[in-house]
Amino acid sequence: MTDALLIVLLTGLGIGGWLVVVTREPVRQTLVVSIYGLVLSLTFFVVQAPDVALSELVVGSVALPVMLLLAIAKIREQAAAFDEEERDE
Amino acid sequence: MSRRARLVVLAVGLALSAGVLVWGLVSVPGFGHYSGRYGRILARDTVPDRHATNAVVVTTFDYRGVDTLIEEFILFVSVVGVTLLLRTQRDEERARRAARAAEREDPETSDALRWVALGLVGPVALLAMYIVTHGHLTPGGGFQGGIVLATSLVLVFVAGRFAIARRGRGHPLLEAVHGTGAAAFAMIGFGGLIGTGVFLRNFISSGGTGLLTGGMIPLANLSVGLEVTGALLLVVTELLDQRLLRPRR
Repeated sequence: MTDALLIVLLTGLGIGGWLVVVTREPVRQTLVVSIYGLVLSLTFFVVQAPDVALSELVVGSVALPVMLLLAIAKIREQAAAFDEEERDE
Repeated sequence: MSRRARLVVLAVGLALSAGVLVWGLVSVPGFGHYSGRYGRILARDTVPDRHATNAVVVTTFDYRGVDTLIEEFILFVSVVGVTLLLRTQRDEERARRAARAAEREDPETSDALRWVALGLVGPVALLAMYIVTHGHLTPGGGFQGGIVLATSLVLVFVAGRFAIARRGRGHPLLEAVHGTGAAAFAMIGFGGLIGTGVFLRNFISSGGTGLLTGGMIPLANLSVGLEVTGALLLVVTELLDQRLLRPRR
Protein backbone atom coordinates (compact mmCIF):
# COMPACT_ATOMS: atom_id res chain seq x y z
CA MET A 1 0.00 0.00 0.00
CA THR A 2 2.73 2.43 1.05
CA ASP A 3 4.83 1.39 -1.93
CA ALA A 4 2.01 2.03 -4.38
CA LEU A 5 1.31 5.41 -2.78
CA LEU A 6 4.99 6.26 -2.88
CA ILE A 7 5.23 5.37 -6.56
CA VAL A 8 2.23 7.61 -7.32
CA LEU A 9 3.71 10.47 -5.29
CA LEU A 10 7.21 10.17 -6.76
CA THR A 11 5.75 10.11 -10.27
CA GLY A 12 3.73 13.16 -9.31
CA LEU A 13 6.90 14.88 -8.11
CA GLY A 14 8.64 14.15 -11.40
CA ILE A 15 5.74 15.55 -13.40
CA GLY A 16 5.33 18.43 -10.95
CA GLY A 17 8.96 19.50 -11.18
CA TRP A 18 8.71 19.48 -14.96
CA LEU A 19 5.47 21.52 -14.82
CA VAL A 20 7.14 24.13 -12.58
CA VAL A 21 9.91 24.56 -15.12
CA VAL A 22 7.69 24.74 -18.22
CA THR A 23 5.23 27.24 -16.69
CA ARG A 24 6.69 30.52 -17.89
CA GLU A 25 4.21 33.04 -16.51
CA PRO A 26 5.49 33.98 -12.99
CA VAL A 27 2.12 34.19 -11.17
CA ARG A 28 0.98 30.82 -12.55
CA GLN A 29 4.42 29.40 -11.79
CA THR A 30 4.00 30.49 -8.16
CA LEU A 31 0.73 28.57 -7.90
CA VAL A 32 2.25 25.49 -9.55
CA VAL A 33 5.23 25.59 -7.19
CA SER A 34 2.91 25.76 -4.18
CA ILE A 35 1.01 22.68 -5.38
CA TYR A 36 4.38 21.00 -5.93
CA GLY A 37 5.20 21.82 -2.29
CA LEU A 38 1.96 20.15 -1.23
CA VAL A 39 2.80 16.94 -3.11
CA LEU A 40 6.35 17.00 -1.68
CA SER A 41 5.00 17.36 1.85
CA LEU A 42 2.58 14.44 1.27
CA THR A 43 5.58 12.38 0.16
CA PHE A 44 7.47 13.22 3.36
CA PHE A 45 4.38 12.25 5.34
CA VAL A 46 4.11 8.88 3.59
CA VAL A 47 7.76 8.05 4.37
CA GLN A 48 7.03 8.77 8.05
CA ALA A 49 8.72 12.14 8.42
CA PRO A 50 5.84 14.25 9.80
CA ASP A 51 8.14 17.00 11.09
CA VAL A 52 9.69 17.54 7.69
CA ALA A 53 6.25 17.25 6.07
CA LEU A 54 4.94 20.06 8.28
CA SER A 55 7.95 22.28 7.53
CA GLU A 56 7.60 21.68 3.80
CA LEU A 57 3.85 22.32 3.95
CA VAL A 58 4.15 25.69 5.66
CA VAL A 59 7.25 26.90 3.84
CA GLY A 60 6.64 25.41 0.39
CA SER A 61 2.95 26.06 -0.02
CA VAL A 62 2.44 29.15 2.17
CA ALA A 63 5.50 31.26 2.96
CA LEU A 64 7.33 30.93 -0.35
CA PRO A 65 4.31 31.65 -2.62
CA VAL A 66 3.27 34.67 -0.53
CA MET A 67 6.73 36.21 -0.78
CA LEU A 68 7.00 35.36 -4.49
CA LEU A 69 3.61 36.95 -5.25
CA LEU A 70 4.51 40.12 -3.35
CA ALA A 71 7.90 40.31 -5.06
CA ILE A 72 6.29 39.83 -8.49
CA ALA A 73 3.75 42.56 -7.70
CA LYS A 74 6.57 44.91 -6.76
CA ILE A 75 8.57 44.17 -9.90
CA ARG A 76 5.52 44.79 -12.08
CA GLU A 77 4.82 48.08 -10.36
CA GLN A 78 8.39 49.22 -10.91
CA ALA A 79 8.24 48.15 -14.53
CA ALA A 80 5.01 50.14 -14.99
CA ALA A 81 6.59 53.19 -13.37
CA PHE A 82 9.60 52.85 -15.65
CA ASP A 83 7.35 52.70 -18.72
CA GLU A 84 5.55 55.83 -17.55
CA GLU A 85 8.82 57.73 -17.27
CA GLU A 86 9.85 56.54 -20.70
CA ARG A 87 6.61 57.93 -22.14
CA ASP A 88 6.99 61.25 -20.33
CA GLU A 89 10.44 61.87 -21.78
CA MET B 1 31.11 28.20 -28.73
CA SER B 2 29.13 26.42 -31.40
CA ARG B 3 25.84 24.69 -30.75
CA ARG B 4 27.43 21.29 -31.26
CA ALA B 5 30.19 22.01 -28.70
CA ARG B 6 27.63 23.19 -26.16
CA LEU B 7 25.60 20.02 -26.64
CA VAL B 8 28.73 17.91 -26.12
CA VAL B 9 29.49 19.75 -22.86
CA LEU B 10 25.87 19.28 -21.76
CA ALA B 11 25.90 15.58 -22.61
CA VAL B 12 29.14 15.00 -20.68
CA GLY B 13 27.76 16.91 -17.68
CA LEU B 14 24.46 15.04 -17.71
CA ALA B 15 26.18 11.67 -18.05
CA LEU B 16 28.49 12.43 -15.11
CA SER B 17 25.62 13.65 -12.90
CA ALA B 18 23.49 10.62 -13.79
CA GLY B 19 26.42 8.31 -13.06
CA VAL B 20 27.04 9.80 -9.61
CA LEU B 21 23.30 9.75 -8.84
CA VAL B 22 22.92 6.09 -9.80
CA TRP B 23 26.11 5.20 -7.93
CA GLY B 24 24.70 6.86 -4.81
CA LEU B 25 21.21 5.38 -5.13
CA VAL B 26 22.50 1.81 -5.51
CA SER B 27 23.89 1.76 -1.97
CA VAL B 28 20.95 3.49 -0.27
CA PRO B 29 19.62 1.20 2.46
CA GLY B 30 16.06 -0.07 2.00
CA PHE B 31 13.18 1.82 3.56
CA GLY B 32 13.14 1.11 7.30
CA HIS B 33 16.65 -0.43 7.27
CA TYR B 34 18.60 2.50 8.69
CA SER B 35 22.14 1.51 9.59
CA GLY B 36 23.53 4.66 11.26
CA ARG B 37 24.50 4.62 14.91
CA TYR B 38 23.27 8.02 16.13
CA GLY B 39 19.72 7.54 14.90
CA ARG B 40 19.38 4.38 16.99
CA ILE B 41 20.87 6.01 20.08
CA LEU B 42 18.52 8.99 19.76
CA ALA B 43 15.45 6.85 19.11
CA ARG B 44 16.26 4.75 22.19
CA ASP B 45 17.29 7.48 24.62
CA THR B 46 15.13 10.54 24.07
CA VAL B 47 12.07 9.32 25.99
CA PRO B 48 13.83 7.95 29.12
CA ASP B 49 16.38 10.76 29.06
CA ARG B 50 14.25 13.85 28.39
CA HIS B 51 10.65 12.65 28.90
CA ALA B 52 9.73 14.05 25.49
CA THR B 53 8.35 11.89 22.69
CA ASN B 54 9.36 13.94 19.65
CA ALA B 55 12.93 12.79 19.06
CA VAL B 56 13.39 15.30 16.24
CA VAL B 57 12.68 18.32 18.41
CA VAL B 58 14.66 16.89 21.33
CA THR B 59 17.63 16.56 18.97
CA THR B 60 17.37 20.00 17.39
CA PHE B 61 16.67 21.98 20.56
CA ASP B 62 18.61 19.99 23.13
CA TYR B 63 21.31 17.61 21.89
CA ARG B 64 22.43 19.93 19.08
CA GLY B 65 20.98 23.16 20.40
CA VAL B 66 23.93 25.33 19.36
CA ASP B 67 23.38 24.46 15.68
CA THR B 68 19.75 25.48 16.03
CA LEU B 69 20.71 28.72 17.79
CA ILE B 70 23.03 29.63 14.91
CA GLU B 71 20.38 28.71 12.36
CA GLU B 72 17.96 30.96 14.17
CA PHE B 73 20.44 33.83 14.02
CA ILE B 74 20.89 33.25 10.27
CA LEU B 75 17.14 33.76 9.87
CA PHE B 76 17.22 36.76 12.21
CA VAL B 77 20.06 38.51 10.37
CA SER B 78 18.65 37.80 6.90
CA VAL B 79 15.26 39.26 7.86
CA VAL B 80 16.96 42.34 9.33
CA GLY B 81 18.85 42.67 6.03
CA VAL B 82 15.67 42.43 3.94
CA THR B 83 13.98 45.01 6.16
CA LEU B 84 16.87 47.46 5.83
CA LEU B 85 17.03 47.10 2.04
CA LEU B 86 13.29 47.59 1.57
CA ARG B 87 13.19 50.63 3.86
CA THR B 88 15.91 52.45 1.94
CA GLN B 89 13.99 51.92 -1.27
CA ARG B 90 10.77 53.08 0.31
CA ASP B 91 12.21 56.48 1.16
CA GLU B 92 13.54 56.93 -2.34
CA GLU B 93 10.27 56.07 -3.95
CA ARG B 94 7.81 57.69 -1.61
CA ALA B 95 7.45 60.96 -3.47
CA ARG B 96 6.96 59.41 -6.88
CA ARG B 97 4.63 56.80 -5.42
CA ALA B 98 2.40 59.41 -3.81
CA ALA B 99 2.07 61.22 -7.10
CA ARG B 100 0.98 58.11 -8.91
CA ALA B 101 -1.21 56.74 -6.14
CA ALA B 102 -4.10 59.07 -6.75
CA GLU B 103 -4.59 57.63 -10.21
CA ARG B 104 -5.18 54.10 -9.09
CA GLU B 105 -7.27 52.08 -6.67
CA ASP B 106 -6.70 48.62 -5.27
CA PRO B 107 -8.98 45.98 -6.74
CA GLU B 108 -11.77 45.20 -4.27
CA THR B 109 -11.42 41.99 -2.29
CA SER B 110 -14.48 39.82 -2.89
CA ASP B 111 -16.82 39.14 0.03
CA ALA B 112 -16.39 35.38 -0.41
CA LEU B 113 -12.62 35.64 -0.04
CA ARG B 114 -12.96 37.88 2.99
CA TRP B 115 -15.38 35.57 4.78
CA VAL B 116 -13.33 32.44 4.07
CA ALA B 117 -10.16 34.17 5.26
CA LEU B 118 -11.92 35.49 8.36
CA GLY B 119 -13.31 32.06 9.18
CA LEU B 120 -9.89 30.46 8.87
CA VAL B 121 -8.02 32.93 11.10
CA GLY B 122 -9.17 31.43 14.42
CA PRO B 123 -8.69 27.72 13.61
CA VAL B 124 -5.29 28.33 11.98
CA ALA B 125 -4.07 30.38 14.96
CA LEU B 126 -5.27 27.67 17.35
CA LEU B 127 -3.50 24.98 15.31
CA ALA B 128 -0.33 27.08 15.39
CA MET B 129 -0.46 27.39 19.17
CA TYR B 130 -0.99 23.64 19.44
CA ILE B 131 1.98 22.92 17.18
CA VAL B 132 4.26 25.23 19.20
CA THR B 133 3.20 24.13 22.68
CA HIS B 134 3.13 20.40 21.86
CA GLY B 135 6.36 20.56 19.84
CA HIS B 136 8.28 18.30 22.20
CA LEU B 137 5.52 15.67 22.24
CA THR B 138 4.02 15.49 18.74
CA PRO B 139 5.42 16.41 15.30
CA GLY B 140 5.97 20.12 14.94
CA GLY B 141 7.82 22.63 17.03
CA GLY B 142 8.61 26.31 17.18
CA PHE B 143 9.62 26.75 13.54
CA GLN B 144 6.59 25.10 11.95
CA GLY B 145 4.15 26.55 14.49
CA GLY B 146 5.66 30.01 14.06
CA ILE B 147 5.09 29.99 10.32
CA VAL B 148 1.53 28.71 10.75
CA LEU B 149 0.86 31.52 13.25
CA ALA B 150 2.26 34.07 10.80
CA THR B 151 -0.02 32.55 8.14
CA SER B 152 -3.07 33.14 10.30
CA LEU B 153 -2.11 36.82 10.54
CA VAL B 154 -1.51 37.00 6.78
CA LEU B 155 -5.13 35.79 6.50
CA VAL B 156 -6.10 38.83 8.59
CA PHE B 157 -4.41 41.02 5.98
CA VAL B 158 -6.35 39.24 3.23
CA ALA B 159 -9.68 39.58 5.06
CA GLY B 160 -9.13 43.17 6.10
CA ARG B 161 -7.87 44.46 2.76
CA PHE B 162 -4.45 45.06 4.27
CA ALA B 163 -5.89 47.54 6.76
CA ILE B 164 -3.36 46.54 9.38
CA ALA B 165 -0.41 46.68 7.04
CA ARG B 166 -1.55 50.06 5.80
CA ARG B 167 -1.79 51.66 9.19
CA GLY B 168 1.81 52.12 10.24
CA ARG B 169 5.08 52.84 8.54
CA GLY B 170 7.31 51.02 10.97
CA HIS B 171 6.35 47.76 12.59
CA PRO B 172 7.68 48.17 16.13
CA LEU B 173 5.51 45.37 17.54
CA LEU B 174 6.67 42.86 14.94
CA GLU B 175 10.26 43.95 15.41
CA ALA B 176 9.86 43.46 19.16
CA VAL B 177 8.41 39.96 18.66
CA HIS B 178 11.19 39.08 16.22
CA GLY B 179 13.96 40.32 18.50
CA THR B 180 12.45 38.97 21.72
CA GLY B 181 12.15 35.48 20.25
CA ALA B 182 15.76 35.44 19.07
CA ALA B 183 17.04 36.87 22.36
CA ALA B 184 14.93 34.45 24.43
CA PHE B 185 16.59 31.43 22.84
CA ALA B 186 20.03 32.87 23.56
CA MET B 187 18.93 33.56 27.15
CA ILE B 188 17.90 29.90 27.49
CA GLY B 189 21.46 29.12 26.40
CA PHE B 190 22.83 31.33 29.18
CA GLY B 191 20.41 29.63 31.58
CA GLY B 192 22.26 26.41 30.78
CA LEU B 193 25.58 28.17 31.38
CA ILE B 194 24.44 29.37 34.80
CA GLY B 195 22.57 26.22 35.81
CA THR B 196 24.98 23.53 34.60
CA GLY B 197 28.13 25.33 33.46
CA VAL B 198 27.55 24.40 29.81
CA PHE B 199 25.94 26.74 27.26
CA LEU B 200 22.50 25.56 26.12
CA ARG B 201 22.59 22.39 28.21
CA ASN B 202 19.14 21.41 29.41
CA PHE B 203 19.10 23.01 32.85
CA ILE B 204 15.49 22.37 33.86
CA SER B 205 14.46 19.00 35.30
CA SER B 206 12.89 17.09 32.43
CA GLY B 207 10.44 15.15 34.54
CA GLY B 208 6.94 16.53 34.94
CA THR B 209 3.38 16.01 33.89
CA GLY B 210 1.32 16.99 30.88
CA LEU B 211 2.96 19.63 28.72
CA LEU B 212 5.65 20.45 31.27
CA THR B 213 8.18 17.80 30.34
CA GLY B 214 11.44 17.94 28.43
CA GLY B 215 13.02 20.60 30.63
CA MET B 216 13.81 23.71 28.62
CA ILE B 217 12.63 22.30 25.27
CA PRO B 218 9.09 23.80 25.46
CA LEU B 219 10.65 27.18 26.32
CA ALA B 220 12.97 26.91 23.32
CA ASN B 221 9.96 26.05 21.13
CA LEU B 222 8.09 29.13 22.35
CA SER B 223 11.04 31.43 21.73
CA VAL B 224 11.69 30.08 18.24
CA GLY B 225 7.95 30.27 17.52
CA LEU B 226 7.94 33.97 18.39
CA GLU B 227 11.08 34.63 16.37
CA VAL B 228 9.80 32.87 13.24
CA THR B 229 6.35 34.50 13.45
CA GLY B 230 7.98 37.92 13.72
CA ALA B 231 10.45 37.15 10.93
CA LEU B 232 7.88 36.03 8.35
CA LEU B 233 5.41 38.80 9.22
CA LEU B 234 8.13 41.45 9.03
CA VAL B 235 9.12 40.37 5.53
CA VAL B 236 5.48 40.13 4.39
CA THR B 237 4.49 43.51 5.84
CA GLU B 238 7.60 45.21 4.44
CA LEU B 239 6.78 43.83 1.00
CA LEU B 240 3.12 44.83 1.43
CA ASP B 241 4.30 48.32 2.36
CA GLN B 242 6.20 48.44 -0.88
CA ARG B 243 3.26 47.27 -2.91
CA LEU B 244 0.20 48.61 -1.17
CA LEU B 245 1.02 51.37 1.27
CA ARG B 246 -0.01 54.50 -0.39
CA PRO B 247 -2.06 57.49 0.69
CA ARG B 248 -5.78 56.97 0.43
CA ARG B 249 -8.01 59.50 -1.25
